Amino acid sequence: MSVAAGSPPRRIVVVGASLCGLSAAQALREEGFSGEIVLVGDEPERPYDRPPLSKQVLRGRCGPDTTLPCRPDLDLRFRLGTAAAGLDPRARRVVLADGGTIAYDRVLIATGTRARPWPGDPGSGPLHTLRTRRDAERLGARLADRPRRVVVVGGGFIGCEAAASIRAMGLDVTQVVRETVPLVQALGDAVGAMVAEVARGAGVDLLTDRGIDGIEAAGGETAVVRLDEGRRIETGCVLVALGAVRNVEWLAGAGLAVSDAGVRVDAECRALTPDGRVVPDVFAAGDVAQWPSAVYGGARLAVEHWGNAVAQGRVAARNMAAAGGPLARHDHLPDFWSHLYGLTVKLVGVPDGADRFAVVQGTLRERRFVGIYGAGERTVAAVSVDSARWLPAYRAAIAEGAPFPPFTGALDQPGFAPHPLATA
Amino acid sequence: MSPTLFAQVLDPAHRADPYPLYEALRRSPVSRQDDGTWVVSSHAAIARLLHDPRISSEDLPDPPLFRWTGHPIQDLLVRPIRSRIVARHRPFIFRDPPDHDLLRRHVMREFSPGRVRRMRRETEAITGALLDRLEGRAAFDLVEDVSYPLPVTVICDLLGVPREDEPRFQGWATQLATALEPNQRTDAANAARNEAAFTAISDYLRGLIRERRASPRDDMLSGLAAGRDGERMNDYDLVATAVLLLVAGHETTVNLITNGILTLLRFPEHAERLRREPEIAPRLIEELLRYEPPVHYRTRLALADIGLGDATIPEGAPVVLLLAAGNRDPARFRDPDRFDPDREDNRHLGFGGGLHYCVGAPLARIEAEVALTAIVRRLPRLRLLDDPPPYRPGASLRGPRRLRLAVEAPVGAAR
Ligand SMILES: Cc1cc2nc3c(=O)[nH]c(=O)nc-3n(C[C@H](O)[C@H](O)[C@H](O)COP(=O)(O)OP(=O)(O)OC[C@H]3O[C@@H](n4cnc5c(N)ncnc54)[C@H](O)[C@@H]3O)c2cc1C
Ligand code: HEM
Repeated sequence: MSVAAGSPPRRIVVVGASLCGLSAAQALREEGFSGEIVLVGDEPERPYDRPPLSKQVLRGRCGPDTTLPCRPDLDLRFRLGTAAAGLDPRARRVVLADGGTIAYDRVLIATGTRARPWPGDPGSGPLHTLRTRRDAERLGARLADRPRRVVVVGGGFIGCEAAASIRAMGLDVTQVVRETVPLVQALGDAVGAMVAEVARGAGVDLLTDRGIDGIEAAGGETAVVRLDEGRRIETGCVLVALGAVRNVEWLAGAGLAVSDAGVRVDAECRALTPDGRVVPDVFAAGDVAQWPSAVYGGARLAVEHWGNAVAQGRVAARNMAAAGGPLARHDHLPDFWSHLYGLTVKLVGVPDGADRFAVVQGTLRERRFVGIYGAGERTVAAVSVDSARWLPAYRAAIAEGAPFPPFTGALDQPGFAPHPLATA
Repeated sequence: MSPTLFAQVLDPAHRADPYPLYEALRRSPVSRQDDGTWVVSSHAAIARLLHDPRISSEDLPDPPLFRWTGHPIQDLLVRPIRSRIVARHRPFIFRDPPDHDLLRRHVMREFSPGRVRRMRRETEAITGALLDRLEGRAAFDLVEDVSYPLPVTVICDLLGVPREDEPRFQGWATQLATALEPNQRTDAANAARNEAAFTAISDYLRGLIRERRASPRDDMLSGLAAGRDGERMNDYDLVATAVLLLVAGHETTVNLITNGILTLLRFPEHAERLRREPEIAPRLIEELLRYEPPVHYRTRLALADIGLGDATIPEGAPVVLLLAAGNRDPARFRDPDRFDPDREDNRHLGFGGGLHYCVGAPLARIEAEVALTAIVRRLPRLRLLDDPPPYRPGASLRGPRRLRLAVEAPVGAAR
């Protein structure tokens, strides 16, 4: 069991003022930490929530202000609009892009991810990404002009949610997906195929198995998207949704184990050196962290999930506030939700590496079901579409390392028929 | 642990105060009884099973296929076919997804906010009229004079059953409620009475449904009969659903009102408070649903082995979810045996939980709120004539058979 270092910290610095950073700051106060808390963030806004940006905000159901609730009595110091440019664990300080430094007793790295840009995208004109409030405002303003056609590039969750929301506004949408079906990496071919059918049913021009040779600016807000099979789509708005890049560049030279998969931490959320030693007083959590999961036999997980950002931020906070005594472990079973075309999709567990899939309640055809993912002998994840009420039983089974299937004979079960799973 | 604990719960001798037995049962919260039934009594385990896909509500035994009448067409053709139809078109409280969800959705749509608001006004009028009839009485039986007639009238109004047919409905409701009482299901004579009542009420409802289809009104039966968005229940399911609404909405509400007054008279400071601050009624009723719930347990069937803590409920086992024991679980509620309307975070199991969560909950809350506030206001000085009162035999739908009250100050004028 790991034990906290002896002396109580006086100043805790959180780099990245978003969901994870704010959750950690709140938890620090709940833990009774009465010292100084400084949140450094490169965005100008107070911490806000991102999931609505591709859902309610995009559809105009609510404004772009999704500021996260924050109790005023938490006594937090915000350094907003300021990026951190370096970390010096030996001197215990964060170096800021404006040249300043902030000394810390403990630091939390919560710099999350950013949208992967289209090569050469200047961040203006017809090309858009969707990660920040400013992205949402710029995209929203463009869509308000009702461009003749919107092209969404990418078949991940943000691409699919955005395509659904933009289509729901009555705009023509073409979604170009390199894989055979959307969401195939996240949820596999069977669920992906169902989503494809729903998207087409909603009138989205979904092009799968299709690459893009180039996107050419055609003056003003117009662009031409060139597909690999030669087709050209003229469009007034391109949303590039090619996944996320972890914000770790500022950590170069800090001596931490850092890669494309994020900052490596241990189960106690402490940052590690490349040879696996704990870096004193440096913690990381949220989208930027990669942690060993006890549920999956110590496999290293890196997820981009709201629930993990909150849970891991809270564990990091407990351990940062601790002065002596046992440390808390992040034993979180990841989960995720999405809203697509009026369907609620929920996932518990991590289907990476799964080779089998079976619908165990309901049916794909009715678009109301629970499906499970098997890897070897184990059930590693479960997905539900409009059936989330059943997930707790599967969550408990997955956490306990249940076999595949964890049980048979459940309500509304069409009979157990596993299929090989393709995720590409 | 004594394996006979649940048998003691069923024993009418313990009806007035089953709570010490529940406490004993909670010591091993998932426990097998001698007859192979599994009784679940902690809040956490009940809540888990209410949401577990391996738990079925289709635990109703098939209706007795037929009794010999000596008439071959009746015995070999008509009755078996009818039994099969009845078995297939059970009320959705005894059905599993997907059928359950489809049927329930129809009913949920009919519980629109507008209709619920109208039901509050109706309930106020009905309650007022019932209390008017007590004027000048020195003593009365709350069950017979208020708790019993109120919910039948409300349900009849909701469904659209004409007032003049209500007495018949009341008789059927009383009889059919025994079908919801697990320990009365096995009684053959009672089963025969249920069947007769079901035949009578079905015939009646089928007639009414025909009328409402021909000329719809603004009532639930018309709405259900017409369906929505091109979806419509068939007539068998419609009859079963109407009967379910009648039965599930009746005996339960009777108990809530009666238990409510009983509890308020046992703790008069709360009666006094309700009289002065009627706005506490909603919280007080939630606490009643925890402290003296009308439904003490529901039964289920395990569809697969279910591991819960150290115990494993085996596939095929009958399961009793002892909601009223979960409601008094000290692991979930601080000071659980205290009646405390100011309780925070009161997540009681009074209306069940999960997919069979009571659809009538909004209406039940209104009925209790209206009745209890009106009674304490208009009958400020009541005295219990017997405490404990005599109870009806049911251990699941548990409540007083009679609640005799002395009126120590006259009934105030209406309103
Ligand atoms: C459009 C959209 C929809 C989503 N929908 C869902 C959903 O439905 N369900 C779900 O589970 N998850 C969803 N997510 C993911 C979820 O929002 C993230 O998991 C969550 O925001 C992660 O929080 P975080 O604080 O770890 O990282 P982030 O929210 O990425 O925050 C990191 C912060 O650090 C800042 N930062 C970066 N580098 C620096 C630096 N050097 N110095 C200072 N500050 C820096 C960033 O600008 C940012 O403000 C969605 C995300 C997006 C973008
Ligand atoms: C105080 C009053 C009431 C109480 C305590 C109560 C309690 C309950 C409980 C515990 C259940 C769950 C059954 C199970 O899980 O097996 C239930 C279901 C149900 N109740 Fe109520 N009820 C009340 C009033 C009403 C009323 C007024 C109505 C109708 C108008 C009603 C209609 C139903 C129906 C239809 C179901 C079945 C729901 C389903 O299976 O999906 N109830 N009730």
